Amino acid sequence: MSDQVSYDSLEVGAELAEVSYPATRLSLVMYCGASGDFNPIHWNERIAKSVGLPDVIAHGMFTMAQAGRYVTDWAGPEAIVVEFGVRFSAPVVVPDDNSGASIIVSGKVEQKLDDNKVALALTAKSDGTKVLSRARAVVKLP
Amino acid sequence: MAINPEFAGKTFPPTEPYQVSREKLREFADAIGDTNPVYRSPAAAQEAGYPDVIAPPTFPIVISVASSSKALADPGLNLNYAMVVHGEQRFEYSRPIVAGDVVTAQSTITSIRDVGSLSMMTTTTEIRTVDGEHVCTAHSTLVERGS
Repeated sequence: MSDQVSYDSLEVGAELAEVSYPATRLSLVMYCGASGDFNPIHWNERIAKSVGLPDVIAHGMFTMAQAGRYVTDWAGPEAIVVEFGVRFSAPVVVPDDNSGASIIVSGKVEQKLDDNKVALALTAKSDGTKVLSRARAVVKLP
Repeated sequence: MAINPEFAGKTFPPTEPYQVSREKLREFADAIGDTNPVYRSPAAAQEAGYPDVIAPPTFPIVISVASSSKALADPGLNLNYAMVVHGEQRFEYSRPIVAGDVVTAQSTITSIRDVGSLSMMTTTTEIRTVDGEHVCTAHSTLVERGS
């Protein structure tokens, strides 16, 4: 967790440092259990391939959760997420090896709104492909 | 066959009350790999101004899916779940979910439309405490690929 970000210290257009988050087969099995989404395309390679996927893929909501973590880690403990939305543009393919996939999230300050709110434009990529598009979070800062 | 467009505008009954526990929030935070103490430590959450541990921003999906999946299972809707992918997701929050909350979720199918060989359906799920306080609204777009 990072330090607290303040509204007054931010400038529109400021780039946020990118962060890489791992997605392994174990992460997906844990996410199945925690979310209740046991769709086999998230844990069974045979079924994933039978429906035309290259391999097991991460839950879209797992990928969105990594972008959420990026926002809350950047914004600090006193920040409140007011709005958070994404479009799932491509799946995160998770191979059956020791390292799995990486989800690389970056962002920038898109807009300063009233009432100490800021809008962040987010980008998430995996294996060079954009996996989230139109990803945006509005955060209220101290 | 595509999703039945007659279901657009249909609102489903609210779910049974869902009790949010510290253990579930920690399990969810572990599953997304998020080590933030406000999801695990009541002391850390209180220091940040909350009565108890809070939920990560995407946790409401667990509650909203429990509500919308019941709606989507209606055979009249004719949704082929094997062909469905998650297209978009958006949350609007009045406040974070806090351990101890008892909430219900109510889903409405807001639109159904065909785009080429795809059927797109949007649902809106309102999550409120049993006392009626609004906590979060979840908007989902599901895409059914043509079979």
